[in-house]
Amino acid sequence: MNENDCQNVFALLSEYIDRQLPDGTCEELDRHIQDCAPCVEFVESLRKSVALGKKYVPGVDPMPVPDGVREALREAYAKSLAQREGSPPAH
Amino acid sequence: MSADAQEQPDELQLARDLMAGSAGAFEHFVDLYHGKIFRYSFTMCGHREDAEEVAQETLMKVFENLSQLREPEHMKAWVFRIAKNACLSKRRKSVFAPARELSLEELRPHRDGESGELDIADWSALPDASAQNAELKTALDHAVQKLPELYRAIFLLRDVECLSTADCARILDVSEDVVKTRLHRARLLLRAGLDAYMKTEQPKGSHPKTGVHA
Repeated sequence: MNENDCQNVFALLSEYIDRQLPDGTCEELDRHIQDCAPCVEFVESLRKSVALGKKYVPGVDPMPVPDGVREALREAYAKSLAQREGSPPAH
Repeated sequence: MSADAQEQPDELQLARDLMAGSAGAFEHFVDLYHGKIFRYSFTMCGHREDAEEVAQETLMKVFENLSQLREPEHMKAWVFRIAKNACLSKRRKSVFAPARELSLEELRPHRDGESGELDIADWSALPDASAQNAELKTALDHAVQKLPELYRAIFLLRDVECLSTADCARILDVSEDVVKTRLHRARLLLRAGLDAYMKTEQPKGSHPKTGVHA
């Protein structure tokens, strides 16, 4: 195992996990990783971290949108739709 | 839309429906994006009141300017760009923003000098994408909060909201290469934060790599 190879692999792991590397580069990483126990272990931990991260939600929920705000949003929406259709906005 | 976009088809359809004035689209959009923007803002600024205000102000700007948006494909990135700017103007100054990009070398796990093994926890027992464990969820929360803001923003937009690299670049006014660089660092930091938790979870006396008791 070549430490330099591990360094190079390390720099590309997010794109490797996301399958965004060119085919040739991806195959090179596959070849290195399958023969490198530390890399296998690290990739597994990174992959699981990314999967967990994608499901992240903060432990605080928003309050419901207040009725007055919702009504103001609805009015702004109606005006924009009217503008899009080329007619003057309704007041 | 770029090749790496993972935007949910439902969100694109909702953007089309909203722009077309379809029945029900308004309510659905307000409820969905109010939650999304609140969670993004809360995670970025850490203040519930600010996050509520950012969510409401963003939605108002979206509806006031909706006639300017031509492509429903750009809706989500457009909304998040408005939200990011609202968040920046609202946010109290953070002391965590790093003055420089972290180097990869700083983020590499240590290696044992003799065995060459990495000093990382045993992740094999953790099922994929399972955050049902309350302690794990707390560990994830802490790891996300500890991310420097530069990286937290990218993590939220790219991994949580599944926006494309190109969209993230447009939202944050940086190049796509910078998005990729920061996403990788964000994930490495997140992994390191979770790794610290995983280590505390391993039973004492077990071999860190095999789980076999010594």
